[in-house]
Amino acid sequence: MTAYLKLDHIDKHFDRAGARTEVLKGINLTIDKGEFVSIIGHSGCGKSTMLNLIAGLTKVSAGAVLLENREVNAPGPERAVVFQNHSLLPWLTVYDNVNLAVSKVFGSKKTKAERHDWVMHNLDLVQMAHAGDKRPAEISGGMKQRVGIARALSMEPKILLLDEPFGALDALTRAHLQDAVMEIHARLGNTMVMITHDVDEAVLLSDRIVMMTNGPAARIGEVLSVPIPRPRDRIALAADRTYLKCREAVLKFLYERHRFVEAAE
Amino acid sequence: MSALAPIPSGSGPSTSADRKAAGSARATTGTVVALSRRPQPRFNLKRIGLGLAQSVLPPLVVLALLVGLWQVLCSAPDASLPSPATVWEQSRDLIVSPFFDNGSQDIGLGWRVLVSLQRVAYGFGLAAIAGILVGAVIGQSVWAMRGLDPIFQVLRTVPPLAWLPLSLAAFQQANPSAIFVIFITSIWPVIINTAVGVRNIPADYRNVAEVLRLNQIEFFFKIMLPAASPYIFTGLRIGVGLSWLAIVAAEMLTGGVGIGFFIWDAWNSSRLPDIIVALVYIGVVGFILDKLVAFAARIITRGAATN
Ligand SMILES: Nc1ncnc2c1ncn2[C@@H]1O[C@H](COP(=O)(O)OP(=O)(O)OP(=O)(O)O)[C@@H](O)[C@H]1O
Ligand SMILES: [Mg+2]
Repeated sequence: MTAYLKLDHIDKHFDRAGARTEVLKGINLTIDKGEFVSIIGHSGCGKSTMLNLIAGLTKVSAGAVLLENREVNAPGPERAVVFQNHSLLPWLTVYDNVNLAVSKVFGSKKTKAERHDWVMHNLDLVQMAHAGDKRPAEISGGMKQRVGIARALSMEPKILLLDEPFGALDALTRAHLQDAVMEIHARLGNTMVMITHDVDEAVLLSDRIVMMTNGPAARIGEVLSVPIPRPRDRIALAADRTYLKCREAVLKFLYERHRFVEAAE
Repeated sequence: MSALAPIPSGSGPSTSADRKAAGSARATTGTVVALSRRPQPRFNLKRIGLGLAQSVLPPLVVLALLVGLWQVLCSAPDASLPSPATVWEQSRDLIVSPFFDNGSQDIGLGWRVLVSLQRVAYGFGLAAIAGILVGAVIGQSVWAMRGLDPIFQVLRTVPPLAWLPLSLAAFQQANPSAIFVIFITSIWPVIINTAVGVRNIPADYRNVAEVLRLNQIEFFFKIMLPAASPYIFTGLRIGVGLSWLAIVAAEMLTGGVGIGFFIWDAWNSSRLPDIIVALVYIGVVGFILDKLVAFAARIITRGAATN
């Protein structure tokens, strides 16, 4: 079986004013269909850059991103992104934010009534159907993030890319949304790639955890499989030996072998 | 971490409102707290009356004082300017009935203002459309911005009247020249503000558009216009003010029945009281135009400024 998503010998550097910043170097990664992969690493190592490369929002300097063996080099709705700060359009209601995506992606394939049902279905998935006519400014941060997820899901993406989706949320809201994402993953079987700073979140949600070394020229340091059967329950896992071992492995990687050293600017 | 660029008008109060809304939303979904329902403040005639008095009374008092002072200063028999009483005596028909029509040049100032407004509508309407389009193109390109911005900054300081000879030479006719002068005077702030607004569209919105593969036209209508609308309306508001300045200048020289030509005509036949009445008309109409654009801006940009 060939890989669903393949990052093939990717380098990425930014050139600005004659100076070159090496961000990623020699990234190789294959992701299977339906897999949930987390990317974890210290701040500034290039996680967002890697996600943007998959999304096509940034161009690779060398190497290639292959989705089902075809190179991707431009953004598209089959690789939907849940942005770190929700990025809802503030002048549109919750419904219209999702509807913008739905009418663009399914404009010709679904009738108006079908599109409406599809918008409502996706808002339902994240339990936001009741707030359809609210503006983003009128709902809480967690709700905005839910709508962002609904918008991304509504594109029926092959891959869902999440850039620290819960980073700005309090612990309780975050736990709710983690459960929501796990449930959606179980129900729809999407391939998901998620960036996170949170070790527990990574272990709880992922099939595999990709650990990045520190930049500049960050590499994939280690890839850890999380062989915990699904559905996973956060309370039962708290004392699970596999869970604790995975957690320890990630912590060791992050805080022993690749301690965050403040780069000399 | 929010990467949203600050949006100029009203972003301060709206963010606090946002936080408040978010907080109350969380409260309603989270815990159940019995809130004693405070009685809704009823439609309060006294408060409205007070507010009205506070905003209307002071200018009325000042106005009365100024008119009084003017009366004192100009009531001497050899005064060079007419006093308010003289204005009232000699131009009463212009003041009390804006819409009389006794044929050809003997018509009420209301009609003249309407004719002028029509010219402004053409000139400013064209300037608004062209200005937003050009501004959008320029805002999208760093190099266009760098190259054109200084030129626009110079051109926008050219006074309306200075365009008139060129305009007359180019169009050969009075009415198109007047409209062109309005157009060329009011387009610069629209272009410049639109370009700045487009440049300040948060990268997040562009990313959303890219992921959705919006084409240029969809991007323009669905992202660019709403996201830049606070800036665009700032430009439009300055522009409408400038175009009202330009109309009077343009009409003075091109003739016709507009309010500008009326002033010129009155000056030539030494009817100073009429000129004063016309000035008041122009001021009031300009004020209303400005408020109309501001009102439209408030309605339309309500969403864009709050996030
Ligand atoms: N457009 C750009 N131009 C130049 N340098 C950039 C650009 N985007 C990112 N970088 C650099 O690339 C490096 C990695 O950035 P990136 O945003 O991917 O980090 P990150 O791992 O997502 O960090 P965080 O966890 O804080 O979000 C940083 O050093 C940053 O300065
Ligand atoms: Mg990041």
